[in-house]
Amino acid sequence: MIRTLGAGARDEILAVLDTVMDPEVPVLSVRELGIVRDVLVDDRGGVTVVVTPTYSGCPAIQVIERDILSALANAGFEDAKVRTTYSPPWTTDWIPETARAKLKAYGIAPPGRSDHDTSLVQLMRARQSPPCPYCDSRDTEIRSEFGSTACKSVCWCRSCRQPFEEFKAI
Amino acid sequence: MTSPAPSVVPAPPSPPNALFEYLLRLGDDRLILGHRLSEWCGHAPILEEDIALANVALDLLGQATILLRMAGEVEGQGRNEDALAYFREAIEFRNCQLVELPKGDFGFTIARQFLFDVYDVVLLDALTASTNTELAAIAAKSLKEARYHVRHSGEWMLKLGDGTDESHRRVQTALDSLWRFTAELFAADPVDAELAAAGIVPDLASLKPKWASLVREVLDRATLTSPADTPRLAGARGGRTGAHTEHLGHLLAEMQIVARSHPGATW
Repeated sequence: MIRTLGAGARDEILAVLDTVMDPEVPVLSVRELGIVRDVLVDDRGGVTVVVTPTYSGCPAIQVIERDILSALANAGFEDAKVRTTYSPPWTTDWIPETARAKLKAYGIAPPGRSDHDTSLVQLMRARQSPPCPYCDSRDTEIRSEFGSTACKSVCWCRSCRQPFEEFKAI
Repeated sequence: MTSPAPSVVPAPPSPPNALFEYLLRLGDDRLILGHRLSEWCGHAPILEEDIALANVALDLLGQATILLRMAGEVEGQGRNEDALAYFREAIEFRNCQLVELPKGDFGFTIARQFLFDVYDVVLLDALTASTNTELAAIAAKSLKEARYHVRHSGEWMLKLGDGTDESHRRVQTALDSLWRFTAELFAADPVDAELAAAGIVPDLASLKPKWASLVREVLDRATLTSPADTPRLAGARGGRTGAHTEHLGHLLAEMQIVARSHPGATW
């Protein structure tokens, strides 16, 4: 079957992408995560989804590409392609408020604002620990800036004595 | 005159593609250091650190993948990142010798990582201004990751240096033996000169003062002593032109054996 892509095709594709969840943080879609940068539909109806990886070595990116292609194929866009871009570099600032609330409900502290002070002088400045996603206490500490996935750090809440993960700002 | 004329070692011919060479340098530093870090997986002193070192290794391997892929495209001979990682010999690798040294004890691994991480943020920061927009984009992305890396290794330098007598002794010993390998990081050669003239890469010598002051600041706080610079011998070769320590061959044997035993295998 050859589909003729009309003007609404782009919106239709975006709606399909809303259903593709991140494999490591399954409460967020790939669009909410900010890794879908663009959807291109050319004159001949060719569809290209432009994505950017969260971290250079994120092992989920291949699964994400596969999931995007299979979701689009199921929706009738059989010949879609995925293209990777590195510019501008991914930042957690692209994650909208609604998605941050979902992260918190899932037990992951949402990211703070990414560090825009990129001067090398501040290289060793300590980062403030996030509020606990369970009890909202600010009496927390960062145990390690590296967690179960590249995008998360490991924290500890002194109030409710729970370990929790933080989606770290980058 | 009967005695033969003194032999003259000819200067190595300038490489056909400076950008390809440079991308190998960037990519190989990350590939080899990432492999060294991954040797700690399951062996680090505490669980959090095991996870942290594996995470840093993963970032470096991811950056290596992107850089070696670009190198293959620039070379134009049909080699992809896997061909470059798994099917080159030691003399074809362009990493600095610092990253290929065996992992040593935890103090050695952290001291090496710290010296590299500071170099990496200073270099990547400069590369974000590259006239090659693809390289500039990769540098901007990698820099965000490198800033996490240097905070991690820097905090460990403070803990180990200003920790117990034993931790201080070990990390100081590591610094003393590693220091001479840092000269190579800032030794510019014709590849650097050609690319720097085109604004593609920074002047390496200009990075040294920034690196030295950032390193010294942390070492001072960690109550560690900065070793004295040893002058680099004129004509000295290093990893950037394929002269490696014996350790790289052993590392490659382990890293490459599966790909070479089963070429093209998928699962």
